[in-house]
Amino acid sequence: MEKVKKGVRLEHISKIYKDPKTGKDFYAVKNTDLEIKPGSFVTLLGPSGCGKTTTLRMIAGFESPDEGEIYLGDEPINELTPNKRDTAMVFQSYALLPHYNIFDNVAYGLKLRKVPKDVIKEKVMKILDLVKLSGMEGRMTNQLSGGQQQRVALARALVIEPSVLLFDEPLSNLDAKLRVEMRTEIRRIQQEVGITAIYVTHDQSEAMAISDQIIIMDKGVVAQMGTPEEIYYHPVSEFVADFIGEANFLRGKYAGMDGKYAVLDFEGKKLKTPPKENMVIGDQYTAVLRPEAAKLGDEGGLECRVIVSCFMGSYQNYHVMVGNTLVKLEDHNPKNRKVYKVGEKCHLLIDTDALHVI
Amino acid sequence: MAKGQGATLDRKKLMKDPIMVTTIVVLIAFLTLFILYPLAILLVDSFIGDGKFGFSVFQRIFKMPTFTKAISNTLKVGFVVGIISTLVGLLFAYVEVYLSMNKFVGGLFKVVSMLPVVSPPFVLSLSMIMLFGKAGIITRHLLKIYDNSVYGFWGIVIVQALTFFPVCYMMLKGLLKNIDPSLEEAARDMGATRFKVFSSVTLPLILPGLGNAFLVTFIESIADFANPMIIGGSYDTLATTIYLQITGAYDKSGAAAMAVVLLTITLVMFAVQKYVLEKKTAATLTGKASRGRMLIEDRSVKLPLTIFCSAVAIFVIMMYLCVPIGSLFPTWGYKFFPLTFKWYKQVFTKFKGFKAFKDSFVLSLISAPITALLSMIISYLVVKKKFKAKGFIEAVSMLAMAVPGTVLGVGYIRGFAGGIFHTGIMQWIYGSATLLIIVFVVRSLPTGTRSGISALRQIDKSIEESAYDMGANSFEVFMTVTLPLIKDSFLSGLVTSFVRSITAISAIILLVTPQFLLITVQINEFAEKGAYGLACAFATILIIITYGSVLLMNIFIKHFGTSKKLQEVE
Repeated sequence: MEKVKKGVRLEHISKIYKDPKTGKDFYAVKNTDLEIKPGSFVTLLGPSGCGKTTTLRMIAGFESPDEGEIYLGDEPINELTPNKRDTAMVFQSYALLPHYNIFDNVAYGLKLRKVPKDVIKEKVMKILDLVKLSGMEGRMTNQLSGGQQQRVALARALVIEPSVLLFDEPLSNLDAKLRVEMRTEIRRIQQEVGITAIYVTHDQSEAMAISDQIIIMDKGVVAQMGTPEEIYYHPVSEFVADFIGEANFLRGKYAGMDGKYAVLDFEGKKLKTPPKENMVIGDQYTAVLRPEAAKLGDEGGLECRVIVSCFMGSYQNYHVMVGNTLVKLEDHNPKNRKVYKVGEKCHLLIDTDALHVI
Repeated sequence: MAKGQGATLDRKKLMKDPIMVTTIVVLIAFLTLFILYPLAILLVDSFIGDGKFGFSVFQRIFKMPTFTKAISNTLKVGFVVGIISTLVGLLFAYVEVYLSMNKFVGGLFKVVSMLPVVSPPFVLSLSMIMLFGKAGIITRHLLKIYDNSVYGFWGIVIVQALTFFPVCYMMLKGLLKNIDPSLEEAARDMGATRFKVFSSVTLPLILPGLGNAFLVTFIESIADFANPMIIGGSYDTLATTIYLQITGAYDKSGAAAMAVVLLTITLVMFAVQKYVLEKKTAATLTGKASRGRMLIEDRSVKLPLTIFCSAVAIFVIMMYLCVPIGSLFPTWGYKFFPLTFKWYKQVFTKFKGFKAFKDSFVLSLISAPITALLSMIISYLVVKKKFKAKGFIEAVSMLAMAVPGTVLGVGYIRGFAGGIFHTGIMQWIYGSATLLIIVFVVRSLPTGTRSGISALRQIDKSIEESAYDMGANSFEVFMTVTLPLIKDSFLSGLVTSFVRSITAISAIILLVTPQFLLITVQINEFAEKGAYGLACAFATILIIITYGSVLLMNIFIKHFGTSKKLQEVE
């Protein structure tokens, strides 16, 4: 597949829908700019109704943007119909053609392109080998498991050698274990082929595991775009912090610097945290604390009271109250360590450098 | 918010699909010319028919006692038929869904639900006369009543009720099956008796459905032409009055105005049925039954209901059997033996039977694939595509469902006899085989479209999208994906429209010219004259043709159908 890799660019893209209940127009996607680099794996992540699927369907051509222009490489594609766009989509329901066998399903796009028969055969076999379905080409789609059907859908999209692969929540119909296995597979195949991939999901761990870049969307706008690490450690808003992983929000007034740390007045105590730019003394700020970045001890830190203590296998889950703030913790590898009981008074020890002010 | 760009882009994308655009344009032209225009010309005619614009034509027809009588007759018949059909249909549906039935009764039910589909519309009228009329086997020969009259109100009501109740039965069966049994079990568990469960749970749930069934029958009844024609006697309904007004009195503007009145009545009913009751039915019964229902074994419930329904079923079957048997008697009502084929011989030697069958058969055979394909295309556009004129296409094809055949027939006469808008343009079409085929197509289109739409709604939208995404244009998607997936629905649409066409009479009787002999028109003629032997012989052959084609279709679907395979996927 020696094709020139192409990226995707969205410029001021908006899509307006009518709310079926109220009859009012609303923005499903609002004034969105995106730049997806050639060969990268980008995930659109967000709760349902955030506009991620609409964005993907606009790139595929099923929906037309009401404002803005979409570029594939340098070419504007607004006016191209889906069948003329150099994209291929993997659908949530797999959308295999039930009256064709596996071979014909994968060959469908090539036949439409009038590729000679022997070339079709060669390409289909090669792709089926890539998705580990060799020998299954004669089967009908209903003789395959969900995971295998997903592989066929992927093969069918790959075989026409599109510039961009689009995934619309492709794993949400699979059970949990298979989901983990298939996401690794998708990532492997994407790397092997080196194709640009845009992937829609509402599952944050899937997004983390698979992507070079994650784009978090909320109510039609991009909330944050970045690598999984950036988004997890440096969320720009409470929405992003809360959506990716668990987050505790420690709120307090900024009281000034202490060395390289900023000090927040949190529940009557001084809370040290790495600072954010341009903090104003007396203003309210929120520090994000991930559950794994703190633990409980008998002394030091902030005084707290345990209200939930729950064994989860790989970790002990605590909910503690610091003043009026609820903090959720995960104490990993709890074996042979002290377990605090409900009602017990203890101390919350925070890894200061893991805090992040938003 | 500027939605303009999205709409413009959608339109531009559509324009890049020339086959699609052509299809849509041709469809719109067809629907406008052959459904909207004939109805429009009726309005024009009835408002300016007597020279100047105004209500003069309406004033004239409403002064005719025959016409006002026909209105009240039609409504009375429709109302009573609607009630009886709905109740009997409900009983049948309840027995099938709630009671454990043995194989024999189950078989009876199946036959009853199938008969009205394959038989010409006036078979029951024929047998009603032959069994209960003056020379009827039962009245005259069994009961020795020599002056019984079946003509008139009760004749029409009984025949129509027997013809239409199977439709209600099938509709209500679907509804009852969709009721989650645990609702009723919960009521039972709370201490309700079986009757209380029926009256407080089941009945309220299907009430909109009952209203729906009632209105559907009501519309069918007031649009029915053949039965009132044969068994009505002097009891005229709107459909027959319009027919007589145009064929007997040559009062074209009067007939047009009457047709407008009839159309208004059916349209109002149709609108209520479609937009009020159908929605309510869907709203009250949403889910699929979660699991099987505990069938009622209680003999005190089971026995009377089963016996009643079986008796009705046997009676209906007997009525249908009466026709083929009647065709073998030398003289109906007077001489029964020896059985003879002389009527059949006469059909083919004296009465151009062969030509009649050939004409009916060929015209229906040509119109069937056109109808089937057209209705599939319409359903595809309506369900799967976005474009501006979609609302128009959907509305007009639904509208055709509410137009009684007689109204359409008068509309075609007024619309095409003198060319379009009486200008002479396209006048050639009037009286041609083309127009007869078009009438067949238009008359069967709504049923085909409705079943096509429901078949297409079951196909996951993304299957077609995936094909589109892979590079297929709309035409390729339709041919390689959509059509193969709804092959069964297409096939049954093919046969249904064939059967509907070959048994059609209401519109076609107004438009057929001496050049063409149609079986249904022949049957009607002979039945009018009292030549029952001949009418029965014609009807029997017709039933054999229609039943044969339905049988063929079922065998074909069983062996080559896709539905089996597809069901396994889910």
